[in-house]
Amino acid sequence: MNFERMITELGFTTTAPVGLHSYLVVAAILFSMGLASCLLRKNAIGILIGIELMLNAAVLNFMAFWRFSGGVGGGAGPMAAIVLMVMAAGEAAIALAIFLNLFYNFTSVDVEQASNLEG
Amino acid sequence: MLPLLESMTVLQLAITIFASPLIAFAILSLSHHKVPRHGDWLAITALFVSFICSAEIFLRSFASDNPVMLNLSYSWLPLSAKHSLSGGILIDHLTAIMLVVVTLVSFLAHLFSVGYLHDDIRYGRYYCSLLLFTTSMLGLVLANNLLYLFISWELVGLSSYLLIGHWYEKKSASNAAIKAFITTRVGDVGMFLGLLVLYDQIGSLQYADVFAAVHFSADLATWQTVAGLGLFFGAMGKSAQFPLHVWLPDAMEAPTPVSALIHAATMVAAGVYLCARMLPIFDAQTLLVIAYIGAFTAVFAATIAIVQVDIKKVLAYSTVSQLGYMIMALGVGGYTSSIFHLTTHAFFKAGLFLSAGAVIYAAHHEQSILKFGGLYKKIPITATCYLLCTLALIGFPGFSGFWSKDAIIADVLHYNLVGSGHYFLGFAALVTVFLTAFYMCRQYFLTFFGQPKDEHLHSHAKDPNWTMTLPLIILSVLAVFFAGGGHWFPEYAPKKSGFEQVLQMTASEANTLELSHTPTAGKHQNSAAHSSEHGQIIDAHKLAMMLSTGLAFLGILVAYLFYYQNSKGQTRFSAQKVAERFPFLYRLLVNKYYLDELYHFLFVRSLHACAQECQEFDRKVIDGFVNLWAKLTMMATALVEACDRIVVDYYLVLGLARSVTRAGNRASALQTGKIKAYFVFSMCSVLALIIVLFFIV
Amino acid sequence: MEQDSLMLYQTYGGANISFWLITLLVLISGGIAALSTNIVRAAFSLFFTLFGLAGYFVLLGSDFIAVTQIIVYVGGILVLLIFGVLLTNKQKQPLESPRSWPLFVFATVCLIALTAVMVYCACVFPSPAINQNYVAINTAYTLGRMLSGSYVIIFELAAVFLLLGLIGAAFLVRRAD
Repeated sequence: MNFERMITELGFTTTAPVGLHSYLVVAAILFSMGLASCLLRKNAIGILIGIELMLNAAVLNFMAFWRFSGGVGGGAGPMAAIVLMVMAAGEAAIALAIFLNLFYNFTSVDVEQASNLEG
Repeated sequence: MLPLLESMTVLQLAITIFASPLIAFAILSLSHHKVPRHGDWLAITALFVSFICSAEIFLRSFASDNPVMLNLSYSWLPLSAKHSLSGGILIDHLTAIMLVVVTLVSFLAHLFSVGYLHDDIRYGRYYCSLLLFTTSMLGLVLANNLLYLFISWELVGLSSYLLIGHWYEKKSASNAAIKAFITTRVGDVGMFLGLLVLYDQIGSLQYADVFAAVHFSADLATWQTVAGLGLFFGAMGKSAQFPLHVWLPDAMEAPTPVSALIHAATMVAAGVYLCARMLPIFDAQTLLVIAYIGAFTAVFAATIAIVQVDIKKVLAYSTVSQLGYMIMALGVGGYTSSIFHLTTHAFFKAGLFLSAGAVIYAAHHEQSILKFGGLYKKIPITATCYLLCTLALIGFPGFSGFWSKDAIIADVLHYNLVGSGHYFLGFAALVTVFLTAFYMCRQYFLTFFGQPKDEHLHSHAKDPNWTMTLPLIILSVLAVFFAGGGHWFPEYAPKKSGFEQVLQMTASEANTLELSHTPTAGKHQNSAAHSSEHGQIIDAHKLAMMLSTGLAFLGILVAYLFYYQNSKGQTRFSAQKVAERFPFLYRLLVNKYYLDELYHFLFVRSLHACAQECQEFDRKVIDGFVNLWAKLTMMATALVEACDRIVVDYYLVLGLARSVTRAGNRASALQTGKIKAYFVFSMCSVLALIIVLFFIV
Repeated sequence: MEQDSLMLYQTYGGANISFWLITLLVLISGGIAALSTNIVRAAFSLFFTLFGLAGYFVLLGSDFIAVTQIIVYVGGILVLLIFGVLLTNKQKQPLESPRSWPLFVFATVCLIALTAVMVYCACVFPSPAINQNYVAINTAYTLGRMLSGSYVIIFELAAVFLLLGLIGAAFLVRRAD
């Protein structure tokens, strides 16, 4: 593995602009953080936070790929970002409504208590 | 013509003629047990209406020069461009004559039946059948195409069957009905084949189309012969000609008015009508066949009639013989004489049958002439009518039968005189005259003269009431006077062979037809009209008149010698001795030439044997095969059932269900209901995808 | 050549430094948002993460998306989250229990795996060059034209989706009487 090249590619230099890979690495870390949030929390709100993190990581990927692809898809990157934002907004609203129902029914938003779907 | 009917058109009259018995039939068949007297008054009224309208048509038809009064067709089944079936009615001279004959005789038979069958248990049914017959017969003569004719033809056969089997409790009656139906069906097969050939070749069954096609196209020749023979075969069945005559004597099991109407005057004349109507399509060979069959039947049936003792059977064989006359006349081209004889025969033979019915009625349903005798004084009206009709049948000079029979014999003799050969025809015609006179007088002498053989029978005999005597009187008068001087009929009658009708039907082609018509017509001449051979015809007529009169008188004389008993009950010569002298001949005649036995042996027995063989074969081979197959099937079924039970049910169906349940139980463990587990699962999939993409692909 | 490298240094320096600063912000605040046991703190930390992502979008040349990010996420979703926290955070005992170690290990494995994949890609595939002609399509005008042009179906579907979300959320939270 060419370590120098890796440094260059990841943008740890001022002689070249930050490349695509730096964004992808950041997005991967962000996605993993969101995943950890989903996995480690009991609180449903925490899971929603994790999902938002993962979605944002995806949006970042879209934007980075669009930017570095030479604009091949026209406005596909920003469009995907907008659609994802719309989806995230709707999803957040629905999720919070579900959580409220959950709270009414279980007096808690602990997802480990709400396991009625167990097969 | 008739005062009240002047405003009606021919079509209206024709519809009335056909509809009034039809409506009466419909009403009575549904509700004859609800109306008083089982509705005989309705049937008689309907027939009377029909008769009046027929008379009107008859008068109009013979007052006009136009032979075809009405020929109306409508498209019934247009099948293709070349083939189509049409319905329609035709009224020409022939139809007009037939209409009058049918409705008059039918009306009188209905009237006669009131007395004859007054205490019958199936009185209403009897009238229904009679009405059905009359309707069908009228349809038969009104049709302007062979299809409708065929339909009516079968319907009259059906009603004949019903009426012969009217007293079906008697085994002989039901057998006779079946025999009549099947024998005429044999003829109908031929007729149907003829129809099929015509329809296939010409594409239409309209008389006009058929005649035109036969006349104009020469390439039809072979098929024309086939169709002509087929149609004639049908006519043979219906008109009881030689090989197929066996049903008619047995049909005397029917009530006597039925015998008078169906088996003497109308239905059996339908065959003659068909041949007359279809005369243009018969070629020379077919006509010769027709002539020979008619001539042979005439002699043949007359010889059998000599020895019969049943009063109705004698008349039945006489009918067969007279029908043979008509057929023979048609065969030699005597269209007019044939129809003439058909008409006169219808009246005097119906009169004879009804008189015989009156005799039987007076004798309490005894039919053997050997038990009668001396009835003349007890039943004078019946005896007089019987005598007049008998003389008409014999051809006694001046009576209607004399003129018509003379016309036929003249045609036949003329056919011989013009040098065609075939002297058998003339010989048969003359011999039959003698035989007819002999057996009719024998019957008359045995029945009405001499000593009574049965005192009880004799003492109770009396003339029936007016409903039965009135028809007798009317028919007797017609039998005497119908032919007038013997000349009016041929002058007004349809000319010969139907070509004039073709001319009328296809008016546009009249000129060409006229030209081509003349030479063909010359082949089958009959009477007046054609001046070139007029002299020969006059000769033939003179010869016929002399010979037939002489032979008739000879026949009467012989019968007198053999059968007239003087006051001591003795005859001049003994018929008994003659019979003993020629025992073989006598037995042959009494047993009707063993034809029934022959048919029984040829058809019934052989069919029976064949059927038995078939049954054996069926039982042993086919049933055995079927049973074997059934056993094999059962075994295969057991095998399949076991296979089904073990393999399919246990291992496949239930096994599948079991494994699905097991898999479901296992898989349901994955459904933990814990959201985190789902996250882990999906991330594991992502990681697996990464591993696949980077390390395997 | 010397001149060029100096210009490059000056040209890319600011952008690269901004990238690293933003990355620092995003990773720290994201870590807090993901791992903090206090849900309010997590939500608040998420605010910085989202802001940092808006910064990335600016660096990637999409100022409009960056602004939208701030408005939608910071002004909408985050406020919604905090409302949710407020509405549901009534129980006496703290919700968070001791960490589940197997899950923690699994999350770490995922982190390492995904990052490793990206680093590996960085070593194997060269980064494509930045397209310089991006400005033209990044104005609100251009995006608006696109939304009502070739992306109109997406646009309409998003509208329907939002309406469904609105009704669905209102339906779900109504009290069953």
